[in-house]
Amino acid sequence: MPDITKLIHNYLRHDKKFPHVWCPGCGNGIVLGSLIRAIDNIGLSKDDVVLVSGIGCSGRMPVYVDFNTLHTTHGRALTFATGIKLANPKLNVIVVMGDGDATAIGGNHFIHAARRNIDLTAIIINNNIYGMTGGQYSPTTPYGKRATTAPYNNIEHSFKIAELAICAGAVFVGRGTVYHTRLLDELIEKAILKKGFGVVEIVSHCPVQYGKLNKLGTAVDMMKWQKDNAIRVEKAKKMTKDELEGKIVIGILADKELPIYQDEYEKIWEKAGAKKIAQEGK
Amino acid sequence: MKAKLLQGNEAIVEGALAAGCRFFAGYPITPSTEIAEGLALRLPQVGGVFIQMEDELASMGAIIGASLAGAKSMTATSGPGFSLMQENIGFASEAEIPCVVVNIMRGGPSTGLPTSPSQGDVMQSRWGTHGDHPIIVLSPSTVMECFHITVKAFNFSEKYRTPVIILGDEVIAHMREKVELPNPEGLEIIDRIKPTMPPEWYIPYENNARGVPAMASFGSGYRYHVTGLIHDVRGFPTSRPDEIEPFMHRLIQKIEKNLKDIQIVDPFMVEDAEITIVAYGCVARSAKRAVIDARKRGIKAGLLRLVTLWPFPRVYVEKVAEQSKVIIVPEMNMGQISREVKRVNEGRSRVITLNKVDSNIITPQEVFKKIREVL
Repeated sequence: MPDITKLIHNYLRHDKKFPHVWCPGCGNGIVLGSLIRAIDNIGLSKDDVVLVSGIGCSGRMPVYVDFNTLHTTHGRALTFATGIKLANPKLNVIVVMGDGDATAIGGNHFIHAARRNIDLTAIIINNNIYGMTGGQYSPTTPYGKRATTAPYNNIEHSFKIAELAICAGAVFVGRGTVYHTRLLDELIEKAILKKGFGVVEIVSHCPVQYGKLNKLGTAVDMMKWQKDNAIRVEKAKKMTKDELEGKIVIGILADKELPIYQDEYEKIWEKAGAKKIAQEGK
Repeated sequence: MKAKLLQGNEAIVEGALAAGCRFFAGYPITPSTEIAEGLALRLPQVGGVFIQMEDELASMGAIIGASLAGAKSMTATSGPGFSLMQENIGFASEAEIPCVVVNIMRGGPSTGLPTSPSQGDVMQSRWGTHGDHPIIVLSPSTVMECFHITVKAFNFSEKYRTPVIILGDEVIAHMREKVELPNPEGLEIIDRIKPTMPPEWYIPYENNARGVPAMASFGSGYRYHVTGLIHDVRGFPTSRPDEIEPFMHRLIQKIEKNLKDIQIVDPFMVEDAEITIVAYGCVARSAKRAVIDARKRGIKAGLLRLVTLWPFPRVYVEKVAEQSKVIIVPEMNMGQISREVKRVNEGRSRVITLNKVDSNIITPQEVFKKIREVL
């Protein structure tokens, strides 16, 4: 059996809930592929993986995979994940969100999760638009671009998600694209392995909404744009601000050490005189 | 038995710990903050986790997550925070995640009267989140009852896989009374039923005789899907009418079939009462005193104190409506439970309201005066 088939059989609920809801050309499937390869490569037990999502196209991802899966409310995925991780720290809790989900309605939860440094992995698929509701502008829709709620053009300025995560205190921040899948596999794997709050921003594309409204061509054209405009962080360091205008810097943007919340909480238990109580399986 | 002088909020803390609560997420808000402070101190002593979240939306999300991972969990808030929690209370109701939400009512609407008592959230506690959904709401009248109701709330949430709201008020929350905390061994503690079959046989939302499916904790080997979308018996989203209807019916029926267990009332001198007061929370204390005073004067008054507010204890109210000439419903709002009383009364008795929204508690004298008026 080819490796890809093994992965599909092992990780996807292939006999239950397919076909999926994503449009032809969507980047979400590429992200899901990378996520599965990363988890497989690390060798995590499926019983110990929790995949949590919010609302939107990305929110449908957990239904397809054979982990403990949770599809929460819009923007709140990280809050549910916080409760899961603190109640059972042995679980690997991975949260997948979209740009609107993570930085508009869930923006507050996102920065506070980064600040707290709970050992979670946040994967944010950034396609610059609200896809599921039909192409409204999001906090990452670039200035001047069109959306159904910006029919003339967008007059707001966009968030840079990875930089926002760094400023909020995330210990590991990477940015990739759905074109650069090998890098993506590596970034997701490192973010999962990182002790603390790891963030991977994934630049993706929505050909049916954002692409169509802004005449950016097909999914292939949009991925080609990612290829042509992505700059590795190592190279970007040698470039001027002007040269980097309109480019996407990809790679590991931040990697630092900070005590994680759960380890700090162990000390609280000691101070409080708690008897060693196993948190597992209660 | 340990005798202590506690306020209502502190008794809720002790009740939660006795019930097995091991996770609390909350956000500071008057007049419920002492619950968060108490659990921040006490939970780490028993190996539990307290976390202060960035807002009430997050607090509600975190306790649902913790419950899914197997911990009994709770949050506490007041008016404005309770409004923010409604979104995820709906999620807990729909996905059937046990959890307890304490709302210590303060004057509203909006920021309202943060340090003053009110009973203005009775309808919000029932219908605050969107869509048809089951909910259980309990209301304590004494500090001792704060303890027992909290234990009860956890038991109901675990037994029926539903969020349970403890609807307290500022008076009960901040008042100090002597309480005797029972020994934990003597308490009835109910834990959710977990699956025992092999994981491949587990159907997470399958109907059974109880109407409450067994709930596996994340990480226990039963991998399944949980969603706020209407789902089939396997937990996967569905838009098939033949799957939606049985799901919605089971969700409502698991509560409706167990009203006898869930509906708690505390009748006082109602056997021969011609004037019955229906009250709850702090107002029920004033009402009880007024009934005693009335009886001293030969007036046949009684009190039906509602402990369970939702599902509304219809059969008990119907019974007093049948025998009483007058029902008086004193409330610190413009008339919320009184609407329910009128609804189930169906013309049997006269229903008189006594409403007060000036931030002061309804006094025994005011209730007594009303009794004299209606005589």
